[in-house]
Amino acid sequence: MRQAFVQSLLEIAAQDGRLLVLTGDLGFMVFEPFADRFPARFINAGVAEQNMVGVATGLAEAGYIPFVYSIAPFASLRPLEFIRNGPILHNLPVRIVGVGTGFDYGHAGFTHHAIEDIGVLRTQRGLSIVVPADAEQTRSAILATWNTPGPVYYSLGKAGRGPIPGLSGRFALGRAEIVRVGSGEVVILAMGSVAHEAVAAAEALGRIDCTVVVLASVAPPPSDDIARILSKAQIAVTVETHVAVGGIGSLVSEIVASRALRCRVVSCAVREGWDGRSGSTEWYLARHGLDRQSVVRRIEAEYR
Amino acid sequence: MAIYDRFLSLTSPQAPERDRFILSKGHAALALYSTLYLKGVLSAEQLNSFLEPGTLLGVHPERQIPGIDFTTGSLGHGLSMGAGAALAARLQESQRRVVALLSDGECNEGSVWEAMMFAAQHRLANLTAIVDANGQQAFGRTRDVLNTEPLGDRWKLFGWDVQEVDGHDLDQLTNALQREGERPKAIVARTVFGKGVSYMEGQIAWNYLPMTEVQYRQALQEVG
Repeated sequence: MRQAFVQSLLEIAAQDGRLLVLTGDLGFMVFEPFADRFPARFINAGVAEQNMVGVATGLAEAGYIPFVYSIAPFASLRPLEFIRNGPILHNLPVRIVGVGTGFDYGHAGFTHHAIEDIGVLRTQRGLSIVVPADAEQTRSAILATWNTPGPVYYSLGKAGRGPIPGLSGRFALGRAEIVRVGSGEVVILAMGSVAHEAVAAAEALGRIDCTVVVLASVAPPPSDDIARILSKAQIAVTVETHVAVGGIGSLVSEIVASRALRCRVVSCAVREGWDGRSGSTEWYLARHGLDRQSVVRRIEAEYR
Repeated sequence: MAIYDRFLSLTSPQAPERDRFILSKGHAALALYSTLYLKGVLSAEQLNSFLEPGTLLGVHPERQIPGIDFTTGSLGHGLSMGAGAALAARLQESQRRVVALLSDGECNEGSVWEAMMFAAQHRLANLTAIVDANGQQAFGRTRDVLNTEPLGDRWKLFGWDVQEVDGHDLDQLTNALQREGERPKAIVARTVFGKGVSYMEGQIAWNYLPMTEVQYRQALQEVG
């Protein structure tokens, strides 16, 4: 996804001089093509994320579209108040790019995991939140949103896990993308590259014909799409590498409650506490019940 | 007022090439409102709406007010935005200048030092930071709370051109503002908290308290 991201930025930057990149000293083997081509428009702001967001605010006020980049918790949580009092309060087109959705930085441990960023940032009015599920969707999401007037947060997956079957890179702000059409009684909604597990679980379930939806536009939320897709549902199963509070489990619950839909929300989310043990991304998915086998078991238990 | 009268170019609050002023110590907004009034940007009616219900003129400055580009109030934010504004001017090959006004207590915030490093690294000579060094912060004297002295030496070590002036001497301030250099410029303006009003000078309570009618008349008399 990072390569698709940088490639998209290169194409846009070649046509629009307003695009700048600021990085918090990260992006080795990612940003070199951009830095080589546009040296004056590539700024390594050092390991100082608050200042980086503040600088981006000043740049955006003067007409630029700055993309600021770091590992997701350092891009979102560390400078949170600078995001709030800067791009949010001034309604400026700063783009916050957090790399590493959920447990993408597996062995690096808790400090590097982005499991609360979406919930925290959903409280910020006027901020678009985009969580692409694969490289193709990253590309279309960047192309669709880089020039929107307000601020945007992108949560980008670190490693490429291949395309999500049925997604074909589709993205539109405020829309949900159906990647597998089922009977409509069981609907799985997934955010980020963990959508791979959702699709695989649906294929494995066989006798339960699940619909699978990718939620990449978390804000603005695709409320109408979700309400329509859930109109016949008995259970909505949300799958996310994020804590249950504030993520898509919360988001779908809000829509189900406010539209008085007759469906139950089953949240597959980060559930375990932190005990200092770490492992690969796959290890984390299994530990939190987010791998395909766990999702299958959960749906079999919840839908009878 | 010295900054506006003698340094900043502000043909109109909307002119893209106007200089940018950021009141990083946003709690001094009332002084900024008064200046904008004296410069003809705010009307008397607008000025008199200070703290009225629904006013734009609250305790801290909001960008919706003509002549104010950046909302502040949370300390440690303004210099970073100022560095971005200065970098933007350079990228756009503009002669715009940026002035950020901080307080010495505000330099408790780590982000100020991030911004200082950034501005020095990028040699943002079009950026000026004025530090209102009154030695006083919200709950005590700066040297007793979290010492930021020697302030001038610290800014110098971080790569800035530093001048120390008497912050109540407009000529000294003006001369310091006008000095050109290759690096970002810091002016440590030594000031006395509550200057000119005998019962306020150096008294922390006046960071908070309203004046009585009698005190108000005395203050007016004393400042002339």
